[in-house]
Amino acid sequence: MAQDLLNSSKDDALTGFEIVVGLEVHCELLTQTKLFCGCRNNFGDEPNTNICPVCLGLPGSLPVLNKRAVELAMKIGKALNCEILPSSFHRKNYFYPDMPKDFQISQYDQPINANGYLELPDKSKVGVVRAHIEEDTGKSLHIGGSGRIAEASKSLVDYNRAGVPLVEIVSAPEIRSSEQAKAYVQELRYILVATGASDGRMEEGSLRVDANVSVRPVGSKEFGTRCEIKNLNSLRSLTQAIEYEARRQAGLIRDGKKVTQETRHYNEVTNATSSMRSKEEANDYRYFPEPDLVPLVPDASWIEEITSDIQSLLPATKRRNLSSLIGEEYQDQISLLVEIGLDELVLDSVKAGADAKLALNRVINEAAREPEKASRLAVKDFVDLINMESSNKLSATQSKVVLQEMLTSSDHPAEIAKRLGFEQMDQDSLQDNVRGVIEANQAEWGRYLAGDEKVLQFLLGQVMRSTKGRANGKEVMEIIGRLKSN
Amino acid sequence: MSSGIRPPRFGAGKGQIPSTVSELVKLVQKGEIKAQEILEVSLQTIAESDGEINSFNLVLHEQALEDAKKVDASIAKGGFSGRLAGIPIAIKDNICTRGISTTCSSKILANWKPPYDASVITKLKSEGAIIVGKTNMDEFAMGSSTETSFFGPTKNPWDKERVPGGSSGGSAAAVAAGMVPLAIGSDTGGSIRQPASLCGVVGIKPTYGLVSRYGLVAFASSLDQIGPFASCVDDAALLLDVLAFHDEKDSTSLGRDRYQSGNVNIDVSSLKVGIISNFLPNAAESCHQAVTDAARVLANFGAKVDEVDIKELDYAIAAYYIIAPAEASSNLARFDGVRYGLRVDGADVEEMNIKTRTEGFGVEVKRRIMLGTYALSAGYYDAYYLQAQKIRTLVKDAFNKAYGKYDLLLSPTSPTVAFPLGSKVADPLSMYLSDLYTIPTNLAGHPAISVPYGIGEDDMPVGLQLLGPALSESLLIKVAKMLEENNTDKQDN
Repeated sequence: MAQDLLNSSKDDALTGFEIVVGLEVHCELLTQTKLFCGCRNNFGDEPNTNICPVCLGLPGSLPVLNKRAVELAMKIGKALNCEILPSSFHRKNYFYPDMPKDFQISQYDQPINANGYLELPDKSKVGVVRAHIEEDTGKSLHIGGSGRIAEASKSLVDYNRAGVPLVEIVSAPEIRSSEQAKAYVQELRYILVATGASDGRMEEGSLRVDANVSVRPVGSKEFGTRCEIKNLNSLRSLTQAIEYEARRQAGLIRDGKKVTQETRHYNEVTNATSSMRSKEEANDYRYFPEPDLVPLVPDASWIEEITSDIQSLLPATKRRNLSSLIGEEYQDQISLLVEIGLDELVLDSVKAGADAKLALNRVINEAAREPEKASRLAVKDFVDLINMESSNKLSATQSKVVLQEMLTSSDHPAEIAKRLGFEQMDQDSLQDNVRGVIEANQAEWGRYLAGDEKVLQFLLGQVMRSTKGRANGKEVMEIIGRLKSN
Repeated sequence: MSSGIRPPRFGAGKGQIPSTVSELVKLVQKGEIKAQEILEVSLQTIAESDGEINSFNLVLHEQALEDAKKVDASIAKGGFSGRLAGIPIAIKDNICTRGISTTCSSKILANWKPPYDASVITKLKSEGAIIVGKTNMDEFAMGSSTETSFFGPTKNPWDKERVPGGSSGGSAAAVAAGMVPLAIGSDTGGSIRQPASLCGVVGIKPTYGLVSRYGLVAFASSLDQIGPFASCVDDAALLLDVLAFHDEKDSTSLGRDRYQSGNVNIDVSSLKVGIISNFLPNAAESCHQAVTDAARVLANFGAKVDEVDIKELDYAIAAYYIIAPAEASSNLARFDGVRYGLRVDGADVEEMNIKTRTEGFGVEVKRRIMLGTYALSAGYYDAYYLQAQKIRTLVKDAFNKAYGKYDLLLSPTSPTVAFPLGSKVADPLSMYLSDLYTIPTNLAGHPAISVPYGIGEDDMPVGLQLLGPALSESLLIKVAKMLEENNTDKQDN
């Protein structure tokens, strides 16, 4: 069946259906220590080295809440436009070897953040139902078989991750396509990184996504039966799993069958989802209030102190700031700039008088290739470069070369230009140069005069070659134009 | 039926051991008696009596001697001001001691040695107390007779055919038999006060949060509290004073400054005391009599004593047997054979979990895990757990209302004197009723003290319970001491 679903074109399988997706994103918080003890929170250390009686759940140990984790959770809440509320912790009870206490401390009916939304770059909004604090589990390593527990000959557990603080961000079922799901997770990742709450590394498990997927006939107001697809660890897995699952469900409905509510596993190799457990087999988590922790009631001044600067850090804010300065029509470029963290370079340069469009283009086309180096550019130097170009002191080609140099040296663009011999040619020598090119390419010149405009680019290229890029393209064109009409 | 004979106090007939711990500490600090000598008395008494009584799961001969030598050395070097310098103490076996087995009297933890000390253990050591051993208890503190222990029951030192009460029966018996002057236990529904009562010693259940629970293997986290056993009120008060400190490792720990230790300025003649009248009808005659006698003594000192019917307390036991098992079912989930303790192999992880827990837990523990799991299950939570929490609130409110009118309340600690071994094991409900008078205090988080008061049926000791509002320990201690001094059957010293 998997093969059929893959082969069928997207339009065929889903025609007449609407995809409905809600996402649960688990975000590991970037704290020094774990949620309830002083052990290091660090990915990639030797197994079972960051452990203590508390995160191992040894008899008699008790949890003490990490203040920094609460602060990061509040930052996330603010960034997702949530209400930050008095909250409490519950125990979620189920047996699993990588969970030291055989219960997880989580927030249940009183999450710290609720009722928010996330604005995507296309201005669509996805509701955020809640963003609550909980502890991570350890990591199981199953030896033998496929690496899944059922076939393993033995299992090893690394408890370094046990007790690492997480915030689980639960979206409303308001996502309507795999692309939108991807945009949501991307945007969320920028936010989490921008607020300092997470390193955003999906490949290290810092961000883990579960997708609740259902389909319904277009126009229907009722939700279809949903399936939850667990542990989607890349944007590619996320979109493919949603696509696969939606088509599978649409196929079932088309065949007059019913979708069973269940938890499903996505296999990256086969690009298919398969059943893990049905609703009937689902755990009864027996939630009840965690008696070892007291209610968490952050006071208004603490919330204010921690979250006051959040709005300015948000990608949506940055996009708005930039597009109001440069223009709505550059939305895509602006999104990219914000994504790679070079929006401020452009924003500050334009504010300092640089030509907006030129600054945007130079950053997108040149600097963006090395965003880290570009982020270290001095705004003043960059503004000077753009001004040199816009006042024709540098050609576009020269400007690009100088900018590349600026990424590796801290010299002023004027110095670099001088070093490279990029001083602007005077009109006379440029005109001589153009004449020389025409002399050497009589046949092409003839075709140009006969009306073949395509030759113009060739001639321009030849001039650039003979001037070693020092010519200003615009001026060359003007000279050629004058020579033509003479 | 056999009858009870008062066992000798710590040190009686064994050299120059004074009758109170504070006097003993002074002698140690002055170098007039060595910690090693006191320890020798303790170990000798244990050797003589504990074969039969079985109050200790483990006696720490070498470690205790080393600790005693250290205390003696620091005193010889120029003084040591530890408030419990050189005092042997017994520790209930559900309180973690680093490198020393902490079994909870369960097969599942029979060989477990914690890699850390409970906060109270760290404190006791720093005050110079000498940990003599770990005491027997009902398995995971679930029981009222110390008969559910994997290591066999502890016997009541007054009559070895009777139970010492429980769950801290080992600690109570060790103090009652004069093996140690002090012990600590834990009280979830009466597990300090009831055995104190049945063994004729003093036991205090402190205000919830006054003593750190860090390192106490949890039974029911919202009810558990560590507290002292001693043979007299002063000694119990001294030990409580050591145990009461703020601990950052316990999020429910109260600030130390909220508890006033030592003498409080109370004029007994202005006290208002309420006898919980609805407890009396099902109390044995001697237990009823103790309350009546104590009321007369207090009235003679000028206190106003009358009866108060707090009918909400009658529902406490039902609520307790939902809340405590519910928390226990979660707290005891971690004993799964994966990381520590007993492991019984199985074909897969789930089978290993099941076999380990089937073999590792005794019948009473299983019963409560089942009860608690059921009470928290989807579809039953509202009817059981939530309802029980509402009753808990009613109980707390009813107490607080009573404390608006009375400074403290008075009742028997237990409905009966110590009962014969084996007489209630087969009938869990009758066993649960032994804690009828003690459970409400835990639900409210309030303090209570059990003080010996008179001799009852079959010459067995009777305990009187004084109950007060949160952080009223000093008042309870002062009044308990007054009653102790006016006990018609005071122990000869």
